[in-house]
Amino acid sequence: MITRARILEQAAQLRARFEAAGAQTVETPILQPAETLLDLYGEDIRARAYITSDALRGEQMLRPDFTVPVVQKHMEHGAEPARYTYAGEVFRRQEHDPDRANEYIQVGYEVFDRTNPAAADAEVFALIAQALDGLALRAATGDIGILMAAVAGLKTTEPRKAALMRHIWRPRRFRALLDRYAGRAPVPPARAALLKAADPLAGGAPEIGKRDRADVEARIAVLRADAAAAPISDNEMAGLDALLSVRETMPYALEHLRDIAVDLPQITPALDRLEARIAALRARGIDVDRLDFEASYGRTSMEYYDGFVFGFYAERRPDLPPIATGGRYDALTRRLGNGAEIPAVGGVLRPGLMLLLAEAET
Amino acid sequence: MSLKLGVPSKGRLMEKTFAWFDKRGITLSRTGSDREYAGRVDGIEGVSLVLLSAGEIPRELAAGRIHLGVTGTDLVHEKLPLWDQQLEEVAPLGFGQADLIIAVPACWADVDTLDDLDAAAAGFRARHGHRLRIATKYHRLVREFLTGAGVADYTLVDSQGATEGTVKNETAEAIADITSTGETLRANHLKILSDGLILRSQATLWRSRVAPMDAVEKSALDQFLQRLSQ
Repeated sequence: MITRARILEQAAQLRARFEAAGAQTVETPILQPAETLLDLYGEDIRARAYITSDALRGEQMLRPDFTVPVVQKHMEHGAEPARYTYAGEVFRRQEHDPDRANEYIQVGYEVFDRTNPAAADAEVFALIAQALDGLALRAATGDIGILMAAVAGLKTTEPRKAALMRHIWRPRRFRALLDRYAGRAPVPPARAALLKAADPLAGGAPEIGKRDRADVEARIAVLRADAAAAPISDNEMAGLDALLSVRETMPYALEHLRDIAVDLPQITPALDRLEARIAALRARGIDVDRLDFEASYGRTSMEYYDGFVFGFYAERRPDLPPIATGGRYDALTRRLGNGAEIPAVGGVLRPGLMLLLAEAET
Repeated sequence: MSLKLGVPSKGRLMEKTFAWFDKRGITLSRTGSDREYAGRVDGIEGVSLVLLSAGEIPRELAAGRIHLGVTGTDLVHEKLPLWDQQLEEVAPLGFGQADLIIAVPACWADVDTLDDLDAAAAGFRARHGHRLRIATKYHRLVREFLTGAGVADYTLVDSQGATEGTVKNETAEAIADITSTGETLRANHLKILSDGLILRSQATLWRSRVAPMDAVEKSALDQFLQRLSQ
């Protein structure tokens, strides 16, 4: 029987392990102001987090994760470099799967350090891998930064790159946009008619609402410029397709990506970082020759990660969510830092799932 | 005990439901004064009438407090994410047709599809400093639909009535609401996105999969369903 007491005990042991690795324990309130999270994630967070309210403080959220409050705390008055650990409940709204927990204990380890990002990535991954030692898990890794670098360096217009960047975490939408910008998807009829019209605003509908004529004219100007722009080249498209399908063990993935960089030279600095990370992982004793790397990994579920990403999965229990996940979130520190920023990487474990697996294996 | 049939307690939906059952030889009627929510069932044994707000019928079916109920597909899908595990559709009733749609001001010449809405939302947020607001009372359905379509940078604002007026009043930039003829939308200078249909809804008779039944109730249900299939 996996009681709450046992989970808390396991969580305390994990936290002690992270303290021994140099982390300082932090506490964050369970009720978080909703505004910050809504601003970061928009409407999607309402499907994932419990929102409550009172007449005085307005909308508040039951902590859906620790990362955002820990980053905020660090950006306000953290010394540098810093390592933090925490343990406590997080709450996730469940609307489709009654078997998924809506409240569980999470233990985390976060590193804010600008000296050597590759070493920090390896430190977090290795500490979590060690904590999970003995459980039959498969580790998956990826790097969102490579795709972001590929998009940022495309030989196409800035608005196109901005639109693609905005949808990096929505693969279907990203693909639809890419196909349109490459001239591979037909122009929707209404769009074609709009572009052909001498005066698209001559429809005579009264102007209502806060999105006004200037907004509409600005968008039409963007659409016209887009229609006049050259399609994304077949060469670049082939490079992106090849990049997105890379799925090999780490050293082979790097080799494969170096080949792709012949067509997409803009990813070379990101690949240098991957290479440094592989060396740092190896130095930490991780068997990188057997570690999986998927270039698309983390695109659907991990919105604030923008570099290294990883997850640990119970292969014999595909019904379970990942036992641990983590990654690099430099951009999040920028968003929450009021002008300041610091490279940051972290990961979380679920002690309850660890106990469940340990029990099943004995 | 008797089989409980939940029916909307007022308005056209109640009248049309009564008429639909009447055609099948089951007479539903309200008893007592106009204001008293009590009713009776004639023409079949072992069934009792429960008059409820249409919005509460999904919850009562899912909780198993009524065995059968008449309400719109829109309300069932919005309020019960796992509706097909809790409820079974017995028969669409052929009235109360309405589409849940997304509509934007007709003056938005640049917006015809969800793809346009997404781009407009990004531009709007950059210029006005807040997310594009969509007024609705169907939060879950609309959010899932927009997430599926990859629309970002919007926010839902709650509107329990007169939703078509929110754009002119500048409390929202777009709306998601039910419409049957589109008349009210046009009158409020709104147009439906060409791929903005979220759900086709109509009044439907549902059976609860979870309501407990004794032998008497079970036999009443069999008779009831048999009568409807004649």
